[in-house]
Amino acid sequence: MTDEFVSTDHGTGTEPMRDLLADVVLPRFGGDHGDAVGLDALDDGAVLPAGDRSVVLTTDSHVVDPLEFPGGDIGRLAVAGTVNDLAMMGATDDVALTSALIVEDGFPMDRLDRIVESMGTTCEEAGCRIVAGDTKVMGGGDVDGLVVNTAGVGIIPPGTHVSDAALEPGQKIGVSGTIGDHGIALLAAREDIGFEDPLESDVAPVDHLVDAAREAGSIAAMKDPTRGGLSTVLNEMARKASVGIEVDERSIPVADGVEGASEVLGIDPFDVANEGKFVFAAPPGDAEAIVAALRERPGGADATLIGDVHAEHPGEVVLDTGVGRRFMTEPIAEPLPRIC
Amino acid sequence: MTDEEEPILRFRDDDQARALYDRIDALMDAIGEPVSLMHVCGSHEEAIAKYGLRANLPADLSVRMGPGCPVCVTDMPEIDEGIALAEAGVTVATFGDMFRVPGTEGSLRDAKREGASVEVVYSASDAVEYARANPEESVVFFATGFETTAAPTAAVLAADPPENFSVLSVHKYVPPAMEAIAELPETNIDGFLAAGHAAAITGYGLFEDLVEEHEIPTVVGGFEPLDVLRAIADLLEMIATDDPGLGNAYPRVVSEAGNVAAQETMWSVFEQTTRAWRGLGEIPSGNLEIRPAYAAHDAREQFDIDPDVGPVDPLAEQCLCGDIMAGTADPDDCTLFGTVCTPRDPVGPCMVSDEGTCNIWNRYGGRPEV
Ligand code: SF4
Ligand code: SF4
Repeated sequence: MTDEFVSTDHGTGTEPMRDLLADVVLPRFGGDHGDAVGLDALDDGAVLPAGDRSVVLTTDSHVVDPLEFPGGDIGRLAVAGTVNDLAMMGATDDVALTSALIVEDGFPMDRLDRIVESMGTTCEEAGCRIVAGDTKVMGGGDVDGLVVNTAGVGIIPPGTHVSDAALEPGQKIGVSGTIGDHGIALLAAREDIGFEDPLESDVAPVDHLVDAAREAGSIAAMKDPTRGGLSTVLNEMARKASVGIEVDERSIPVADGVEGASEVLGIDPFDVANEGKFVFAAPPGDAEAIVAALRERPGGADATLIGDVHAEHPGEVVLDTGVGRRFMTEPIAEPLPRIC
Repeated sequence: MTDEEEPILRFRDDDQARALYDRIDALMDAIGEPVSLMHVCGSHEEAIAKYGLRANLPADLSVRMGPGCPVCVTDMPEIDEGIALAEAGVTVATFGDMFRVPGTEGSLRDAKREGASVEVVYSASDAVEYARANPEESVVFFATGFETTAAPTAAVLAADPPENFSVLSVHKYVPPAMEAIAELPETNIDGFLAAGHAAAITGYGLFEDLVEEHEIPTVVGGFEPLDVLRAIADLLEMIATDDPGLGNAYPRVVSEAGNVAAQETMWSVFEQTTRAWRGLGEIPSGNLEIRPAYAAHDAREQFDIDPDVGPVDPLAEQCLCGDIMAGTADPDDCTLFGTVCTPRDPVGPCMVSDEGTCNIWNRYGGRPEV
């Protein structure tokens, strides 16, 4: 075991977390899952055969500071996060969720009410229901305000799930929209950087976009760039498939406000979370059709292709900056704004 | 998008970049032998690594980072001095990135964990404000940095700070370090890319003596990728024509004389003395000490600082930071790089600071073979 204590770095979705999973969690929970996609796949959810159907199952706990932020709140984040994890596995229909709320003693009731209402409206937007739940109250200081856990179940025809590991040389890499909105909006809110147009999180369910994309063409692999951002997700996809990915920095869509704020904060928008976007790989013809279809849909206007899959540099991501080239590495810990 | 933003975008124009790369290739062909350039600024390393410039530069042209981050060159016993003050009950105000850098026995952060009073501030004037707001405390500003931060420290000292405020100066002055490196037999630096922000204060004329005495080409450069490429091309031009001169590839910000008022304040408060730089040893006249006229606000005069200088950690002894800053090694020459020494768990100062070479290489991959 590499570390003696758990630290916040272990929760960032990058190398320290992989170490923690490999050392502590997977040896106990992992194991051979046969045809199923299990925990050891470290995909967005599990796929379990059930008779002539397959069940997709996922769970996530959500913490966020601040709990309500420009463009969303922890409730919307929790529902969208789980809906999106299911969608990334190819499960977009008839989705049922569970919700567990862990609330701190003294938490304002009207605030809780707003957040729970937001969970309800986000469910409506995604066409899903919350069918089971749990509520716990903990002592003051035992939990930071509110933690929300959601789990989700979807049913799909066997063999139709999408993995995040099926990249092959020759495929194109695309994104469904602008990158960095959620992470940079949150950091800007936390650092209290006043911009004329406040930056908004992109938090939203993407199931309808995924449906549109899959109707337009065949998607080989798909993942949502949440914790660790685009750079982490691309590295993960390249590593799992032992292929190289090359992306062109100038073609990665970044909103003007996000670009400006990330310069001020000294943080790469590719290293922070997105909560309403997905990255996909597809054969060239399909990839173009998918982008065209996404652009027709609300929330998909900025969809574009950003790179290619290669046999060179297996497991690594090369970034063409326009004036040079380098490896696009994953952030090692939660990005922090620069001090000086 | 405002009008002011337009020019910045032009500095990333790929056609212009291609033209500069072609010029660099042609000059390297004309020179016909390997060239080693040194920049002395973390922001230059950041620009080079972030935009992946090394990948497009000829293989026999190496651009290395010298002693370019004040965090990296602050000597361990200097940090021990700060810790000794904090342990003696004084409030030590420090820049955030200095907070974690280990001295011989732990860091200011460790001291704070053990109950000492250490405050993170963003500037010298923040530290003064803290002292004004807390008149019952003795506040010492742990003053790190080169010319760019020494000038503001001087400004607060010259502006009659409160009685309970003093400064522990570990400020360093870059030109003598460049001279020392130019003299090192093993360094073999063919030219210096000088830092634009420091030169904005001191003026590029400052480097005249260095160029003349050491016959070493020196060009001041900015921090956009094209600024860096232009400065490199200008340096190679001088090397190709065997005409070591002084150039300014950052005229939109840097003048020959610099900010004269800031310099006057700086030299009225500080004088050059000789102390050790971490990894490099003593640099003649490379430190900025507070003049006796300001002794009332000089922490070394006001307090009896007797640091607990502990034994140096054996792991730290393997650290190659000194060689990296002297231009004789790259981070991946260090056996600890990326394995034992990471930003999560840094062994040497080059890995602690965001502007340290090892930290930057770790973040951007560092390896140019893409
Ligand atoms: S990290 Fe950069 S800005 Fe901060 S002290 Fe070091 S060189 Fe200066
Ligand atoms: S990798 Fe770490 S130990 Fe090695 S030179 Fe860099 S800072 Fe020092």
